[in-house]
Amino acid sequence: MSCRDIIEFLMDYENRELPIAQRLLFEIHLRLCPQCRDYLDSYRKTVRLGQAAAAEDEPTMPEDLVRAILASREGIVPLPRS
Amino acid sequence: MLALDHREVKMARMTTFAPTLAPDEVRFVAELQEGRAEAFEHLVRGYGGRMLAVARRLLHHEEDAQDAVQEAFVNAFRSIGTFDGRSQIGTWLHRIVVNAALMKLRRKARKPERSIEELLPTWLPDGHREAPGPAWAESGESMLARRETRELVRQSIEQLPETYRTVLVLRDIEELDTEETARLLEVTSAVVKTRLHRARQALRTLLDPHFGGAS
Repeated sequence: MSCRDIIEFLMDYENRELPIAQRLLFEIHLRLCPQCRDYLDSYRKTVRLGQAAAAEDEPTMPEDLVRAILASREGIVPLPRS
Repeated sequence: MLALDHREVKMARMTTFAPTLAPDEVRFVAELQEGRAEAFEHLVRGYGGRMLAVARRLLHHEEDAQDAVQEAFVNAFRSIGTFDGRSQIGTWLHRIVVNAALMKLRRKARKPERSIEELLPTWLPDGHREAPGPAWAESGESMLARRETRELVRQSIEQLPETYRTVLVLRDIEELDTEETARLLEVTSAVVKTRLHRARQALRTLLDPHFGGAS
């Protein structure tokens, strides 16, 4: 298994979707290849950073937007209740 | 026999059918379905901020994000009668605004953007990565503690080509599953998985100059 294979199948490895034999080969390569271990570490951190970056403070709705939305309700015919 | 009016029957049915709804939420939904103006205002002010955050993540421009939120609320007002309480109101609105934002994306003319290939690892003939660079020594927690990190990551996500950014946002940030994402984007699950992996690799490339070797 090459470094290129490792990176190509990294997500499948993380999701535990690799067949057992392939997973074993994957883990052997990781033990022997510090560059791939570093890449896996940075990939995991990237996923976490992406998720956390979105956990921002909830923005305040601009008041004119609130009013526009409430005004737009005027002409709406609701669908019949189920 | 105790006579129940229509509202009480609806509330009772909703509580039984949807134990996820708290009693006050059941009452709130009933008021919305009765068309009470103050309930709608509470809905917009209570959930609008979160919906705007979602729309901003999917759409580049503030005007487009606000349009999508307005469209989402119009859809919510129209279909409140069909809300059956199987999910929380927030979850229901989240789905509506994601749909509205994606519809907006589809209607917009696509601008030329950078190729994802520029942001993926490159390879030597022997299968090793070209220019691997130093490891990211700093811990994730330490990185996240800094406000500038979160801003850097947000800006980097913005730089991703739209096709890939959309999948990354839907899967990793909005936490939709692969099948739901595929359905919304009208592609296969395999395509979603490929795009997500490439988006993550590309994001890593954009962040690497800032974290590679840092401790």
